[in-house]
Amino acid sequence: MTEATQRVTDIGPPHHEKMMPPVIQKNYGKWVSHEILKPGVMVHEAESGDKLYTVRAGSPRLVSIWKLRKFADLADKYCGGHLRFTSRHNAEFLLTDPAGIDPLIADLKAIGHPVGGIGAAITSIVHTQGWVHCHSAATDASGIVKAVMDAIDPYFTGTKKIPGKLRIALACCLNMCGAVHCSDIAILGIHRRPPRTDVGAVGKLCEIPNVVASCPTAAIRPAQKDGASTVEVIEEQCMYCANCYTVCPAMPLNDPVNDGVSIWVGGKVSNARSEPTFSKLAVPYIPNNPPRWPEVVDCVVKLVELWAANARPYERMGEWINRITWPKFFRMAELPFSKEHIDDFKHAGLTFKRSAQLVH
Amino acid sequence: MAELPKTPLLDELEKGPWPSFVTEIKEAAKHKASSRDLLGLLERSYRERLGHWKHGGIVGVLGYGGGVIGRYTDLPQDFPAISHFHTMRINQPPGWFYTSKALRQICDIWEEHGSGLTNMHGSTGDIILLGTTTPELEPTFQALCAVGFDLGGSGSDMRTPSSCVGPARCEWACYDTLGLAHDLTITFQDELHRPMFPYKFKFKCSGCPNDCVAAVARADMSIIGTWRDDIKVDHAKVKEYADKGLDIERTVIRNCPGKCMEWDGATLAIDNSACRKCMHCINVMPKALRPGDDRGATILIGSKAPIVEGALLSSVLIPFWKPEPPYEDLKDLVRTIWDLWAEEGKNRERVGEFIQRVGLGNFLSAIGLDPEAEMVAHPRENPYIFYAVGDKE
Ligand code: SF4
Ligand code: SF4
Ligand code: SF4
Ligand code: SF4
Repeated sequence: MTEATQRVTDIGPPHHEKMMPPVIQKNYGKWVSHEILKPGVMVHEAESGDKLYTVRAGSPRLVSIWKLRKFADLADKYCGGHLRFTSRHNAEFLLTDPAGIDPLIADLKAIGHPVGGIGAAITSIVHTQGWVHCHSAATDASGIVKAVMDAIDPYFTGTKKIPGKLRIALACCLNMCGAVHCSDIAILGIHRRPPRTDVGAVGKLCEIPNVVASCPTAAIRPAQKDGASTVEVIEEQCMYCANCYTVCPAMPLNDPVNDGVSIWVGGKVSNARSEPTFSKLAVPYIPNNPPRWPEVVDCVVKLVELWAANARPYERMGEWINRITWPKFFRMAELPFSKEHIDDFKHAGLTFKRSAQLVH
Repeated sequence: MAELPKTPLLDELEKGPWPSFVTEIKEAAKHKASSRDLLGLLERSYRERLGHWKHGGIVGVLGYGGGVIGRYTDLPQDFPAISHFHTMRINQPPGWFYTSKALRQICDIWEEHGSGLTNMHGSTGDIILLGTTTPELEPTFQALCAVGFDLGGSGSDMRTPSSCVGPARCEWACYDTLGLAHDLTITFQDELHRPMFPYKFKFKCSGCPNDCVAAVARADMSIIGTWRDDIKVDHAKVKEYADKGLDIERTVIRNCPGKCMEWDGATLAIDNSACRKCMHCINVMPKALRPGDDRGATILIGSKAPIVEGALLSSVLIPFWKPEPPYEDLKDLVRTIWDLWAEEGKNRERVGEFIQRVGLGNFLSAIGLDPEAEMVAHPRENPYIFYAVGDKE
C-alpha cells in the first residue's frame, strides 16, 4: 500500500477554464444576447462579435461510458473537442461554425438522441435512482421517465408548441434527491404502509434515540421486548415518510402492493413573474404498473395538454392554476378532490381558503 | 462473455423515441459482469415491483468520509457481481464543461475499475460513477486524482457546490457563478471530504433570478445573481420586437410583478425603483433588455426537501452582496453559520430547520447580522412578541 503522505488528495475538481472551448475563454462574461434559432439550437453573441452555437441533446441521465465516448467523438468532430451537460441531464454541443449544426443533429439522431428542450419546450426530466440503485425507492425512476418522455417527446423536439416552459421532475421517495417539490409537474414515489419493524434487530443495528428522533410525527416510541431495547410504531400516527428506515435498516417500508406514485403540480423555482413556489398535490396515488406505468403517463400527458390549451404565453402551470383557481383546475382536469388533498401537517391552516372569492 | 439475461419487461423500455437507459445498461452488460447482473436484478424488480438494494454500510477511500455511497443487493446469491455495487461521486467541473479528452479519461478509468455506467449528472451536480466493489474504490480514486479529478460530497458534509453556466455562456450572469462555485469548493475541501456537520450543507450558484440550478429550492445557501441599477434598454430593439408581432402589452407589461412598466405602442418606460428584478421582461426580449451594470447577488438560506420537518424554500439572508474574489466576507459568514449550527444543531437537522426551530431573529443575533425588512414576506401578524428589553427599574 502506498504511504498516506504520497497520496494526492483534496485537489478538488478541474478548473473550468481548462475545460471550456477557446471561444468561451475569450468571451467569458462578455456575452450580449442570444436567440433561439430552431428547436434545441440557439446562438449567443458576444461583445467581440463572436458567435457560439449550442445544440442541446436529450439524454436518459443513466449513460454508459460507451455512449459518453460517442459524445466525445462528436465533440471532436464538430466542437474542437469540448462539450457540456446541463443541470437537467442534457448534453450540449458548442459550435463556432453554424455549418456543423445540421450534420451534428443528424449524427445525434443516428445514435438515438433527440435535439430540443430550449425555450418554450419541455426539457429532460430531473430524476433519481429508483430500483436501479437505491434502497428506499417506492417506485422506479428511469422507467417512468422513459415512458413519460416517449409520450411527450414532441414537446421536447418542438413539433408540438406550448405556451411557455414546463418542468417535470421525479423522485422515487420523499427524500427527493432533486427539486421535485418545485416543479410544474412532480412525480413522487410514495409508500402507504408503516414500517415493518424487525423488533429484535432494531436494538442491535440502530441507535434507538436516533430512530425515535427521526420521526417527524413522533410515531416512534422506545420499547422493551424480551428484556431488550427496541422501538414500537404508533401506526395511526405514521405517514410513511421512510425517514426511520433511512436511519435504521431494521424498519423497511418497501411494499409491492401499496407503493406507488403521487402527482404534484404548479411549482417553480424561477423568479420570473411570480415568486418561487412548491408544487401542490393533484393525484394522491397511482399504483406501480411497470414496465411503462401507463396510468402515470396518461395523467401527465393530460395535465400537459390541459395547461397547453389554456395557459397564456409564458404562464407556468402554477401561474395558470392560480389565475383560474384550484377548484376550477380540479374540475377541468377531471381529478377527484379528496381528504388527502387537505394539508394536516404544520401550518396547515394557512392553506385553507380564507375568503369568499370563489369561481362558481 | 456470457449471454445477457432475458428481460422481457425492460425490453419494453427500449421502444419509443426517447433514448433508453435500458439500452445503456445492456451496452455495459456486454462488457461487464456487474452490469449484466444489474440488468437481471432490475428485471426482477420490475417483475416484483420491489427494489433490491440494501442500506449502505460505511465504505470509502482512505482519509475521506464522503464521496462514496455504499450499496449492496439483498440478492447476492443470485447476482454475485453486484453484491457490492457502490456509487462514487466525482466533483464535476463547474458549469459541467468537459474536454473530450477529460471525458474519455473518466470513461477509461471507469471501464477498468467499475460497471461502465454513469449518471451525467447526479442531482447535486456530481458525476456519478454507478457501481463498483470495495477493493476498487481506492484504485479508482487514485486514477481519477492522477488526471485531475476528486471525489464530491456525501453524508453530513458540505456537498459538492454547483453553478449555472453563468458568464461562460449567458449574458444574464450577474456574477461569476463558476468562479464562486470553484473557489468555495477548493476553500472547503476539508468540509467536503470529511463529514463533521449535523447534516448536509449545499451551495448553489445561479447567475440571475431565473435560477437555472434551482438554488432557492435545493441549496442550504442559495446565491442568486441580481442587480441594483436600471435595466438596460435598447429602444430600437424593443420596437423591432413589436414590429415583428410581439404583443408587448399582453406578454410583457401585464406580467410585470412590479407593475412598473408602460408601453404606449412606441416607447417602453420602466420605473426601475419599483422593479423586482424578476427577469420576465428580459427573458421575453433578450435582444432589447439586459440587467443593469451594478450587479451582485442575493444570498438566501435554508432550502431543503421534506425530510425531516417539511420542505423549505430558502429565504433572504443578505439582500445584496457584491461578490469579489477571494470572497472572504462570504466565507467568514459561512464559517460563522457552520460554527453555530455545528454547536447547536441537532443530529440530521438542516440549517433551514435549525433556523425554524430557534427563530430567524435569534439566528440573526447569533451570527451578528441585523434584521432587515427584505428578509420577510411581511412582518409578524401575531402579538406574541418576545420583547428584547433589558432589566427595568
Ligand atoms: S429519491 Fe429516495 S429512493 Fe430515490 S434515489 Fe433519492 S433517496 Fe433513493
Ligand atoms: S415512516 Fe416516517 S412517519 Fe412512519 S414511523 Fe417511520 S419516520 Fe415515522
Ligand atoms: S441562472 Fe440566469 S445567469 Fe445562470 S444560466 Fe440561468 S439565465 Fe443564465
Ligand atoms: S424585471 Fe420583472 S419586475 Fe422588473 S420591470 Fe421587468 S418584468 Fe417588471
